[in-house]
Amino acid sequence: MKSPIDEVDRRIIQATQAGIPLTPRPYHTIAEQVGLTSEEVMARLKRMLAEGMIRRIAAVPNHYQLGYRANGMSVWKVPDEQIDELGKQMGALEFVSHCYHRPTHPPLWNYNLFAMVHGKTREEVEYKVHQMSDLLGKYDLGHEILYSTRILKKTGLRIV
Amino acid sequence: MDDIDRKIINSLQEGFPISERPYAEVAERLGLSEDDLLSRLTQLLAQGLLSRFGPLYHAERLGGGLTLAAIQVPTPEFERVANIVNSFPEVAHNYARDHYFNMWFVLATETVEQIQKIIDDIETQTQLTVYNMPKQAEYYLELKLEV
Repeated sequence: MKSPIDEVDRRIIQATQAGIPLTPRPYHTIAEQVGLTSEEVMARLKRMLAEGMIRRIAAVPNHYQLGYRANGMSVWKVPDEQIDELGKQMGALEFVSHCYHRPTHPPLWNYNLFAMVHGKTREEVEYKVHQMSDLLGKYDLGHEILYSTRILKKTGLRIV
Repeated sequence: MDDIDRKIINSLQEGFPISERPYAEVAERLGLSEDDLLSRLTQLLAQGLLSRFGPLYHAERLGGGLTLAAIQVPTPEFERVANIVNSFPEVAHNYARDHYFNMWFVLATETVEQIQKIIDDIETQTQLTVYNMPKQAEYYLELKLEV
């Protein structure tokens, strides 16, 4: 497959994947690092944004540090025919940060919808999962909450 | 963290301009000075209240591979298996979870094809089955944590 990005894009991605500089002219600072003009850097970032290679330029809150210490991965078995409609409803809930359709591995793993639920306590997460179950109604064919008990590794996602 | 920090976090989750003086633009909208916004943002990142600030790249659209995988690890072997899985630089996150599938990790590779190779390597080295669960669709709209 042909790569959707060229060497110059790659340099910009490498320079910004950990974050953008906290300087008054951040795109100018990046441009100096990668040997381009700030106009070129901005134009390329705008193109990657327009084409969806960048979702957005934004701040990512750290749920844990902000007091949301009980984060549960809720997993659901819902009918395949309804999954896109139901997934959109779940993903729109303010306490769900990620929501994905994933493959099952029967008979050991039968859940096809994953939604990360953030709460300050496990009770709060359970209450929210209960609300989600009510929202799914008859399409909730079973669910569980998997809490993380230990972070074994956490590094930034290196893209290129 | 005070009300101004909250306003900054809420506003910057939605997006940030691509322009010559983006911080000055955002600061004006929030009724702050550019200096004040920059120093508060520096603090929020240093304190870890924000985990990052910048472009959020879409790995798959850049041609990369990304997946979530799970293993059922027998308890006595947990540390040995964790060491093997963590030794792969392509493993970005790895979590122990309280479930029959007790190890969950995210794999990120430069090309889609590399995912299967890494999974095969992990299976060979651990002698355990890796259950690959790549996303088939994503439904979240925005990260919208109101603080």
